[in-house]
Amino acid sequence: MPLTEKRLQEMKKANRMPTLEEESTPYERKWAIVIDLDRCTGCHACEAACSMENNVPTVGPEQAYLGRMHQWIRVERYWEGSYPNVKARFMPVLCQQCDNAPCEPVCPVYATYHNPEGLNAMAYNRCVGTRYCGNNCPYSVRMFNWYEPIWDEPLDQQLNPDVTVREKGVMEKCSFCIQRIRRAEEKADAEGRDLAPDEFTTACAAACPPKAITFGNVKDSRWSINQIYNDPRRFRLLEEAGTEPAVVYLKEVEQDG
Amino acid sequence: MSNPFNWLKNWQTRSRIVPSTSPPDPAHTAAAQINDDLTRNVVETGWKWWAVLLFFAAVAGLGVLVVCDQFYEGIGIFGNRRPEYWALPIINFVFWAGVALSGTMISAILRLVHAGWRRELTRMTETLTLCALAVAGLFPLQHLGRNWVFFWLLPYPNERQLWPSYRSPLLWDASAISVYLATSFMFWYAGLLPDFAVLRDRTVGWRHQLYSYLCLGWRGSDKEWKRLRALSGIMTVLIIPVFVSLHTIVGWDFGMSIVPGWHSSIFAPYFVCGALYSGCGAVLIIMCLVRAAFHLQKYILPKHFDNIGKILFSISLLWFYFFAGDAWSDWFTNDPNHVAWLRFMFTGYRWILATIMFFGIVVPFVALSFQKVRTSPWPMLFVGLSVNIAMYTERITVVIPPAARDWLTWGDYTPTWEDVAVSAAAVGLFGFLYTLLTKFVPIVSLWEHKEGLMTEGEELTGSAHLQVVVREEAIS
Repeated sequence: MPLTEKRLQEMKKANRMPTLEEESTPYERKWAIVIDLDRCTGCHACEAACSMENNVPTVGPEQAYLGRMHQWIRVERYWEGSYPNVKARFMPVLCQQCDNAPCEPVCPVYATYHNPEGLNAMAYNRCVGTRYCGNNCPYSVRMFNWYEPIWDEPLDQQLNPDVTVREKGVMEKCSFCIQRIRRAEEKADAEGRDLAPDEFTTACAAACPPKAITFGNVKDSRWSINQIYNDPRRFRLLEEAGTEPAVVYLKEVEQDG
Repeated sequence: MSNPFNWLKNWQTRSRIVPSTSPPDPAHTAAAQINDDLTRNVVETGWKWWAVLLFFAAVAGLGVLVVCDQFYEGIGIFGNRRPEYWALPIINFVFWAGVALSGTMISAILRLVHAGWRRELTRMTETLTLCALAVAGLFPLQHLGRNWVFFWLLPYPNERQLWPSYRSPLLWDASAISVYLATSFMFWYAGLLPDFAVLRDRTVGWRHQLYSYLCLGWRGSDKEWKRLRALSGIMTVLIIPVFVSLHTIVGWDFGMSIVPGWHSSIFAPYFVCGALYSGCGAVLIIMCLVRAAFHLQKYILPKHFDNIGKILFSISLLWFYFFAGDAWSDWFTNDPNHVAWLRFMFTGYRWILATIMFFGIVVPFVALSFQKVRTSPWPMLFVGLSVNIAMYTERITVVIPPAARDWLTWGDYTPTWEDVAVSAAAVGLFGFLYTLLTKFVPIVSLWEHKEGLMTEGEELTGSAHLQVVVREEAIS
């Protein structure tokens, strides 16, 4: 029996936690993100917003040159054609929160695991830093803390208190702003109601000027994401890897001239 | 009242060999001579031994300093980056685990096929296995981001009854290494009991005390020998699956991932074969060095080098077959990712591939074809070195290029000096442990050598000299 909103409310009232069996059954929520590549302008606002929201450390130019940059969402840029008919394509890549995630089974300490809402959750305190998950992630969205994380002035003054600050030697990655999900749940709980559709969104989606990123619950048809989730332009990144990602991209519309 | 530190002042004289009062029986004199020769490496310590020990200790010490720096700074002092999350530590791990295979091969496989000439080699190769495995086992722990919680990887539940994830090949690794280390230690120690008893009887002072404890009260009774034989027989059969599991699991660390170039079902047998190859090479190196260092020319004969050389020759062919098969199967998948990876290998890494081909195929193939080379120790040392250079390089091509050409992200790995220092320290640590152990165990098994003398001989039948061997089954 899936964990519905109603059943969760009942449990809250009865002041009991879901049992192990209940926890392992699929949840009535499935968080997903749709990224419309036709709208993406490659402005990198999502990267900035994500870094601010999730306490993503800065590493400095030398480390960034080595490929040790921390970006939970990165805008990949692909060049097409040759001069003068050059076209740049942009594709924001974040953790795809795969249903069949390659990173999960290889972790020996369950630091990354599948939670009932279909998210690849990270328990930073459990991570020992084998980096096997990073190897096995085809999207390379897992960031490793090679050194003790630092934040350049004045970023160190604005750390988000809702998000854990990671230690050196652990993996980190996009969490679909799980702190916002939990905050919204708590608020709904306090007001004694279900989560309202489009009640909240992730930092990257909130910051995107052309609204290319849409976040939502695809198991609740009232969320606006469902209008575009099955768009005919949809595709998923590296579908051939069989990872069943929760992030859906909408293809760019080719325009003549 | 005597000075309590007196024992310290004259410990050297107290631990000298007790002169043996041998009766005129020639067989007894020969046995005493063997005891004298083969315990010499334990009871006599020269300045050269100290020099070698200190040299290796210094090299290993440099690595220890670097690892301390790593604890303090973070894993970033090494050259790893996204997407090459694994690099030199894992290469070192695979390499040393491969070297560690040698002891099993000599003691268990050759014992099963009744190769009598293995007897003089068992002890030195089992010691090699122990030291190499200890070094190999340190690398998966050293490469962790948070080394101080390495015990979270060990297979036992935490205080909330949460076990580590047995779906992860890394946990299989941790289990396999600990089982192999424990089994090979037991194998080694059981074989040492009669020799420790000899040392107990031939030493005085603190050494006598030490070996009295170590030999577990061995008296050499019929019952004890029977039990030792039974134990060795059981361990021989048990240790072979353990070593196969260890090396297949090392292969699965890569094979179970989805990285093109790693995701290959050939890795399990390929790694076993590679381990056999580098293990045999390491046996040649250690045979040659031990023979020269401890003047064992009477015990380690050209025939030993010849036999190991023949084994190495056949393994080199098998290994080349796997090496080529790995590339072929990637080619035949026609999977764009795999083909792109192959193309990258055969262009960007062509010099490294050429190194593997030269040292791993050409040198052994040509050198081992000649009996003259196979029977001379020093050239065989270089064959062993050449094989191990090739195998180390091969592990580089197994670990680095597939990760460097990940699905979406590409990277270029360059090791830092810290990487190189830790890799050198692995050699240092191995040398340190091995040199230290030569001071505590007879490096050629006394009883196995004597057993060989007693159970093997020639019989004159008519005009033919026939080789006569008494099988172990007939003794007990």
